[in-house]
Amino acid sequence: MIREIPRVGVYVCHCGANIAAKVDVEEVARFASKLDFVESARDYKFMCSDPGQQLVVDDIREKGLNRIVVASCSPRMHEKTFRKACQKAGLNPYYFQMACIREHDAWVTEDPGEATDKAKELVQGAVSRVLHHESLVPRTVDINPNVLVIGGGIAGMQAALTIADAGKTVYLVEREPCIGGNMAKFDKTFPTLDCAACILTPKMVAVGQHENIELLTYSEVVDVEGFVGNFKATVRKKPRYVDMDKCTGCGVCNEKCPAKAISEFDQGLSKRKAIYSPFPQAVPNTPVIDRDMCIYFKKGKCRACEKFCEADAIDFDQQEEKITLDVGAIIVATGFKPFDPSVAERYGYGKYPEVYTSLEFERVNNATGPTEGQIRLKDGRVPETMAIIHCVGSRDKNHNAYCSRVCCMYSMKYAHLIREKTGANVYEFYIDIRSPGKGYEEFYNRVQSEGVQFIRGNVAGVTDKAIGEDEKGKLIVLAEDSLSGRFLRVPVDAVVLSVGLEAAEGAEAVARMVGISQDQDGWFNELHPKLAPQATPSDGIFLAGCCQGPKDIPDTVSTANGAAAEALSLIMREKVEVEAAVSSIDAERCMGCRQCETICMFDAIEYDSALNVCVVNEAICKGCGLCASTCPNKAIGVRHFGNEQILSEMEGVML
Amino acid sequence: MSGKRKKIVAFLCNWCTYTAADLAGTSRLKYEPDIRILRVMCSSRVDPVFILKALMDGADGVLVGGCELGDCHYQRGNYYARRKVAVAKKIAADMGLDPERIRLSWISASDGPRFAEVVNEFTREIEEKGDTPVKHEAYV
Repeated sequence: MIREIPRVGVYVCHCGANIAAKVDVEEVARFASKLDFVESARDYKFMCSDPGQQLVVDDIREKGLNRIVVASCSPRMHEKTFRKACQKAGLNPYYFQMACIREHDAWVTEDPGEATDKAKELVQGAVSRVLHHESLVPRTVDINPNVLVIGGGIAGMQAALTIADAGKTVYLVEREPCIGGNMAKFDKTFPTLDCAACILTPKMVAVGQHENIELLTYSEVVDVEGFVGNFKATVRKKPRYVDMDKCTGCGVCNEKCPAKAISEFDQGLSKRKAIYSPFPQAVPNTPVIDRDMCIYFKKGKCRACEKFCEADAIDFDQQEEKITLDVGAIIVATGFKPFDPSVAERYGYGKYPEVYTSLEFERVNNATGPTEGQIRLKDGRVPETMAIIHCVGSRDKNHNAYCSRVCCMYSMKYAHLIREKTGANVYEFYIDIRSPGKGYEEFYNRVQSEGVQFIRGNVAGVTDKAIGEDEKGKLIVLAEDSLSGRFLRVPVDAVVLSVGLEAAEGAEAVARMVGISQDQDGWFNELHPKLAPQATPSDGIFLAGCCQGPKDIPDTVSTANGAAAEALSLIMREKVEVEAAVSSIDAERCMGCRQCETICMFDAIEYDSALNVCVVNEAICKGCGLCASTCPNKAIGVRHFGNEQILSEMEGVML
Repeated sequence: MSGKRKKIVAFLCNWCTYTAADLAGTSRLKYEPDIRILRVMCSSRVDPVFILKALMDGADGVLVGGCELGDCHYQRGNYYARRKVAVAKKIAADMGLDPERIRLSWISASDGPRFAEVVNEFTREIEEKGDTPVKHEAYV
């Protein structure tokens, strides 16, 4: 029903060249100006800019426009921006409609003519839809002030600490037995060479002791429901078989346990027990029992740990627990996993024992690692020459096309450590050196001056097939030196593969759970790559650290604080406006069949037996519209997604 | 691709397939331009009437896109969508229209490439079927 005579304003955005290079925006505006009820139609460079929004505001005031259509990017990007502009000019924000001519047209269509035609039809659809829009008032709901952080690496820890320091409750969920993530495995950190443990351990302790942080380790978030300000997260707490309240962390169980397993923390380079803490400074310091390796769980007897535990903390009957957390905001900080070089066979990883991944080499260098920090070959000898190969799995069309950002810098850190600890000759095989960062280029210069040989060229492979006498018993790195144009065979004792970063295991499941998207490489997409790098298109969900792309530690900490600030700014508001687009039932047309009540997935519909009609509880309704499409009498409408609105848009795009 | 473009109407759910379409855009994946995307909050909002109305108004094809089964933002909406699309197909067939002009696809928010693939596939299928037999007065 059209109550007043609509006066529509249409604005076609160039988005710089993003739209205008493909779509003839002036032609689209000309076309729009001829549509029924369109009072004014124009094109503009950047509609989302301040002057762009001001155009809308001024036109509403001066030309008396009462319906606005902006043809630009996806409504998931800027619908709110333009709704606000309408509101500023005194127009109800729901008298606005967006036509997506960037993501759904300019960027995906080859032919400019076809892109322009498509844009016209999309604009026509939006104009015919907006004629049927109704004025709506958004609902306000309370915001739960607690925050959930998924992932307990440096990003998650930092975010949790910042929020907890502000006096808010944080639930920090980590799937491993302890927090610390990848950073806990590192030895030194570039370019300052301070040891990772020295700077990380105090943070881990702070997290473990903070009165506002509830730490849930060995736990996974398995389900997230709800919406901004009111999420309900289900966490699965895996059984540790050790009572966290009783355990003193004395470590006797670990000493007495007869069963050995490969240490994941040491990247398989050492052994651990079946009852273990991943590393000595672990937070919490309560060990876990690896059910698959425990002799008692496998054979029904042993219980050595239980016998020696003075605190009586071993509990073989512990069961998995599911807990529900109510939170207002969620920070995703699930991090990365290193690229697995065994899929790139030419590097000989897995074939030659002296080929290491960078994370393995971190452990070798670490004082708590398998060699107690000494760089030794597997036979105990000190290496005389070593090669470090950059860009393994990165900047490589066969694997990941992107640059992993940290490998150049950590490779040079290794070169420095090898020179310092062994005096061995070090060859760095690189494509380009990427050292943008405070003190990074200076570190590059320093390492060069320490006598490290930099060879610019891609490595073709690593082999043990010796040609000359000097190659016998060595690994030979085959490479091209692209600066001198020569092909090289460089015999070395050991090779470190500077593997790139990939999205963490299970990132896809997390994305689905919290309703965010991943890019083609698996990294989580931010709301805006430049201006909203920590927010996501799902309100109340924020990103921190490497889960959105490779980052070094300073950047990770910055993004974690950024995400924490955004989460805080949300929960401190106490109230949030939620979509006004909910269902409503026309009592005159309802025949009381109660089908809607049966199918509603949120129990938002109640039956009024006195009047024989169904009624929508707007506070519970999520606006999915299932009831509307089910009602046999078409008595149910969804505000803003009503039959008339959807069908008129459909007619518009097909004319 | 040659000849006149087809009219394909797509009803995409806000949370998954519409987001996948956005992602296809930000990833600059090129696909056939015949499709016209309409946003609904959930695939279960798509009344069989919408689909039939689109066909009767002269659409050559109708695509309904929702979250993968089990991943619906509203818990189970896509299961209902599946039934509704089945009903629409049945009625379309009874009306003498090829039910294969209606397609339902589950495309998750992170699957931009899959979205582009489905659009190209469906466009090709509709191309092969040719113009809709429905002649609408307003459809030239």
